[in-house]
Amino acid sequence: MDSFTVHTGRAVPLRRSNVDTDQIIPAVYLKRVTRTGFADALFQAWRADEPDFVLNQQRHAGATVLVAGADFGTGSSREHAVWALWDYGFRVVISSRFADIFRGNSLKTGLLTVMLPEPVVQRLLDAVDADPGVEVTVDLEQRQVRWLAEVHGFELDDYTRWRLLEGLDDIALTLRDTAAIDRFEQGRASWLPVAQPR
Amino acid sequence: MGSTLAEKLWSSHLVRSAAGEPDLLYIDLHLIHEVTSPQAFDGLRLAGRTVRRPELTLATEDHNVPTTDLLAPIADPVSRLQVETLRSNCAEFGITLYPMGHSEQGIVHVIGPQLGITQPGMTLVCGDSHTSTHGAFGALAFGIGTSQVEHVLATQTLPLERPKTMAVTVEGQLPPGVTPKDVILAVIAKTGTGGGQGYMVEYRGEVFRQMSMEGRMTVCNMSIEWGARAGLIAPDQTTFDYLRGRPHAPTGADWDAAVAYWTTLVTDPDAAFDAEVRLSAADISPFVTWGTNPAQGAPLSDRVPDPAGFGTEAERASAEKALSYMGLTAGTPLRDIAVDTVFLGSCTNGRIEDLRAAAAVLRGRTVADGVRMLVVPGSMRVREQAEREGLDAVFTAAGAEWRQAGCSMCLGMNPDQLSSGERSASTSNRNFEGRQGKGGRTHLVSPPVAAATAVTGRLTSPADL
Repeated sequence: MDSFTVHTGRAVPLRRSNVDTDQIIPAVYLKRVTRTGFADALFQAWRADEPDFVLNQQRHAGATVLVAGADFGTGSSREHAVWALWDYGFRVVISSRFADIFRGNSLKTGLLTVMLPEPVVQRLLDAVDADPGVEVTVDLEQRQVRWLAEVHGFELDDYTRWRLLEGLDDIALTLRDTAAIDRFEQGRASWLPVAQPR
Repeated sequence: MGSTLAEKLWSSHLVRSAAGEPDLLYIDLHLIHEVTSPQAFDGLRLAGRTVRRPELTLATEDHNVPTTDLLAPIADPVSRLQVETLRSNCAEFGITLYPMGHSEQGIVHVIGPQLGITQPGMTLVCGDSHTSTHGAFGALAFGIGTSQVEHVLATQTLPLERPKTMAVTVEGQLPPGVTPKDVILAVIAKTGTGGGQGYMVEYRGEVFRQMSMEGRMTVCNMSIEWGARAGLIAPDQTTFDYLRGRPHAPTGADWDAAVAYWTTLVTDPDAAFDAEVRLSAADISPFVTWGTNPAQGAPLSDRVPDPAGFGTEAERASAEKALSYMGLTAGTPLRDIAVDTVFLGSCTNGRIEDLRAAAAVLRGRTVADGVRMLVVPGSMRVREQAEREGLDAVFTAAGAEWRQAGCSMCLGMNPDQLSSGERSASTSNRNFEGRQGKGGRTHLVSPPVAAATAVTGRLTSPADL
């Protein structure tokens, strides 16, 4: 995983709530067996069917921060949604609330999901709409989002922040606890099921 | 103070716990399928890692398999490669796989319970959000992403923050004709898609106590649709009766030891939940969705709502966009909505009881002209059982298509899809835009409503026939 410290970029205002993972990437694009190559599938239906869709607007080309309505990433557990956002070029998604599995996936992959209160998200949406050139800085060290004269703190637990700042592999961290896993396994009930056919 | 069921399950699987760090939780069973696992196996190979407990991992092919002929090669080369990749990964790492054509193949959340490998007190994960289904047995079960799939393969554990706990209590008696699907759709309409966010939810009260295991699975399945991390129902005699004698259930003295333990898996009387939602069973009636998320639903007797009537600007905008996508006008009686397709199946409503309920409505009736009805059993065992009971004959005599097992039109990854503008009544779990095919319009319904709708061609409950 790449480490994340501070990111500055322009933002795209996605004024929609309940953006589910089927919108982020439709299921027909989930057949690939790779982790990359999903950029074209991002918001495929909206990009194809709505000429005015924000990602079709030239003024937002090259933006790296996605600002969205509440309950972003609801629905399926497909990590492809995170990979598609990443492949397209997004490094940060800002919303007032994320679905749990999507948020978990994003923070495992290094796509930073930032929660800000709804009125603050609205102000950011307005600012970007008024001037697509506005630069947004997302500072994980300070746990701050800054644009123009605005400065807003955001919450992220210390452990996840540390892991992202260092770009650490979760599995390597857990493997340090192999002895504890061994001990736990010795205490498991003998009648617990195994998958081999009986 | 006592503990809730969810807290008991959590603490009994703690491998390690330290201040300021996520808990490390042991995973008793890992279910995998073709869509969310290939990149995880690649990750293992890249890092030179292996699968720690292949015997605690079980694989099947469900998401993109065709439902017409499970023995013919998959026509779509991309789908075929994905299925073949699962097969080679399972062979390489020694994982049991039930492939297309095998008598145990089926939707991952249907085969676990039916094999008896989903048991009370376990932790169970799968790279699929509807893993919450298995919570019906009093197991802590949740969906994970591919990075976590890789983590479980490598370590048989997951680092997780413990979610809060919530009780959903439904007391009283459900009116006749009201199904578990109606109960959970009513819960979701009340809470909204984010209402369960950050919680492990326990469904409690008379209604769930009286429900069959199939019904409990339908309820727990849709926990994710209101944002809950997991859905749970405490195990009881109904659970034990369902499990006894299944292929992976304990036997003899092991069975007695297991039941003695399972009996302790209840929320203590003095335990406290972080939040509680209450509904009265008597208020619930056959429920359908009108919008593009599962919380946009209403009793079938209602009308399409007017977006102006919603409380917040976000809700109004969401309802307006939904009505525009769905091609509906506010004020239209829901019973007047005509459909082109009826889909009976999925991990929500693809079990034997669901097929029986639909067949009971269809017996001696026919599917309306111009309507196609797909019946897709949740597993090959469900299909076999239905055929023993003659349900397949009821469906085909009525004019419905009798298919092989798989996820099918629930998510439209295989050829079973809606075309643009086509409208369905579907027993699945999500009415998202384009979910069942690009431009397709989905109304979520129960199996009896699906069958009655097939007969009239409009959203209909069996009582209306």
